[in-house]
Amino acid sequence: MQQFNLLLTSLPDGILLGFVYGVAAMGLTLIWGVMNVINLSHGPIIALGMFGTFILFINMGINPYIGLFLIAALGLLLGVLIYFVAVNRVINAPHLSSLLATFSVNMIIIGIGTAVFTTSPYNVDFNMGSFQLGSTIILGTRLIAALIAILFTGGLYLFLYRTRPGKFIRAVTNNRAAAELMGVPSTRILALSFGLGTMLAAVSGALIATFFPFSILSGSGYELKSFVIGVLGGLGNPIGALFGGLILGLLEGIVPAFLNTAWVPVIEFGLFVVILLIRPTGLFGAKR
Amino acid sequence: MKGKIVKLLALLMVASLFLAACGGGATEAPAPVEPAAPAEATEPAAPEATEAPAQPAAEEQTVVIGFTSSLTGSQENNSKRQVNGFDLWMNQVNEAGGVTLSDGTVVKFAAQTYDDESNAERVQELYTRLINEDNADFLISPYSSGLTAAASIVAEQNGKVMITTGAAEDDAYKTGNTGLFQLYTPGSLYMTSTVDMLKELDPAAKIALVYEADKFSTSVVNGIKPYLEANGFETVLEESYASDTADFGPIANKIAGSGATVLLGGGHYNDGTALARTLYDRKVGLKFAFLLVAPADNKFAELGDPAVGIAVSSQWELSATHTEEEAADLGVEWFGPSGQDFADAYEAAYGDAPTYHVAGGYAAGLILQKAIMDADSVDPEAVKAALNAMDLMTFYGGIKFDTSEEAHGLQLAHQMVVAQWQKNDAGELVRQIIAPAAVKTVDPLYPIPAP
Repeated sequence: MQQFNLLLTSLPDGILLGFVYGVAAMGLTLIWGVMNVINLSHGPIIALGMFGTFILFINMGINPYIGLFLIAALGLLLGVLIYFVAVNRVINAPHLSSLLATFSVNMIIIGIGTAVFTTSPYNVDFNMGSFQLGSTIILGTRLIAALIAILFTGGLYLFLYRTRPGKFIRAVTNNRAAAELMGVPSTRILALSFGLGTMLAAVSGALIATFFPFSILSGSGYELKSFVIGVLGGLGNPIGALFGGLILGLLEGIVPAFLNTAWVPVIEFGLFVVILLIRPTGLFGAKR
Repeated sequence: MKGKIVKLLALLMVASLFLAACGGGATEAPAPVEPAAPAEATEPAAPEATEAPAQPAAEEQTVVIGFTSSLTGSQENNSKRQVNGFDLWMNQVNEAGGVTLSDGTVVKFAAQTYDDESNAERVQELYTRLINEDNADFLISPYSSGLTAAASIVAEQNGKVMITTGAAEDDAYKTGNTGLFQLYTPGSLYMTSTVDMLKELDPAAKIALVYEADKFSTSVVNGIKPYLEANGFETVLEESYASDTADFGPIANKIAGSGATVLLGGGHYNDGTALARTLYDRKVGLKFAFLLVAPADNKFAELGDPAVGIAVSSQWELSATHTEEEAADLGVEWFGPSGQDFADAYEAAYGDAPTYHVAGGYAAGLILQKAIMDADSVDPEAVKAALNAMDLMTFYGGIKFDTSEEAHGLQLAHQMVVAQWQKNDAGELVRQIIAPAAVKTVDPLYPIPAP
């Protein structure tokens, strides 16, 4: 009975967190889906999003949810920059080249971040209150983060399916050569896709910073979660990533009710291997 | 074409072998030592330098002390403070003229250090380098029990003396080592003063043991469990968590669901701050919370209200510093500066009040200096014998090492205090001593006010 109560208490938390994980994973899976590049700089960009919130809120007094727009814009620009500097030249090379290129960007960001922020933890002392829901306490920051995550997912969906650049992205995803023949400027579309991916990573980091302490190294944990979510939802399927995030969030809520919390990563990554073995396209199907 | 590539590769291999042979000891440049403390800062608290006997043309000898520090990674915060403390000692003793031995040799000290990135594998690689390539004469441990355990294996294999500080776990001293000497109170004794205090405050308290799944925290919790049982406390929850845990929500729910009134646990800085914040946000409603390490850092106050009432065991606090009078009462030798002189010098040099991690780093140098003075030599075996025979008190506390084969080097004399974050009359967060009763500066905040 106590475990059941604990389950009811932890589930809402897991679900809310899952939405934010989903946004982080959407960024990774969008880039993979469009250009077959595993972006290893995803984690440090999440961390940069966290520091964005810290700088805007602590140093400049800007509300984190208003600052989110600026962080999203900067994330988009950073992604476009990374694409042209590190990815564009190796986009047609074997996967190892793009892996190494994005890993290099990862190391550069962590190196600069360590020099500027050190690896000490930072804390954004931001509170949106809380309320009791049954036996659990819902934190305002997590609830708002989940709502923003849903808005971003909806926005991404509308962008991909209702706008011209979004349609170009889907065309490039389906068949780049054919899209080019139809006059789609593929290089610019690829850069835009990479920018959107990094924007989502930065936004998820900015939201996470409102409820967890972080350091410049914190992004790697969320990057790994993004891989698990990507595989659950199907790599290349951004909307599937949101459901993957929910599954992971639920797991993080359910597992501690029955097992020691230290088992959470074991179960998460165990699931990662199992899904890869039995359904490599993910629970919701990969691209195409 | 293939032949050309093979020839080119062979040429490159020969050239690299030639360069390696010529390079000899050329190695990666070590991390620079922190800049010297301002001269005026060192004046009041300079450790005793032995008086030079009237001998002409004293020979100067530089003793190289090797250690790694965590300039990056999870242990960065406390490790940097430990190194600052050590550097303060080294600057002071060198500026005071070094240590003069009876044969007129003036011993000065130099540090050789690398960034271990809070990574145990790197620690082993770097301590091997410190011993074999940098020819370090003596070693200081890295910060944290996990990294020290890795370094201690290399030190012992190479017969080096290593003063361990920032490392409380007991097990490393129970493996037949002869060259390790621990300055911290062993982990198994970390919470005893807190439990004694709880026995007075609330013998019916229900305990939750929630701790980081690492060597140090596990050793502390395993050490306190029999003591809790012997004192009649009921443990209603025992839970460990991974070192990189960020979301403590499920754990806070577990604590709340267990009916615990007191939390004992934590681990290091990063997880401790996250756990304290979650307990507050979730209104878990504990009467008392004790966390390892994190609340002993001045930065912990940045948490604001979530820090109120959180207690910690501290190896040293200025408000409960050890004194020459205390040493005289106990009949043991006193050595080194007073706690106030040490704190003033540190604050002048680094602009921050010293924590126990700083004091531990300083004490490591101070104890090595005293051992060299007692041995009247820098010979490692003589210094080791001096450390084995040591029984003294410094501002940091008593120092006496276990010399038995079963637990050689384990600290026997040093005692901890319990500190708690409380608000003063001005509403500022201050770390106050709440136990033991003989040295407490205020009464414990019990129960902690509800958020």
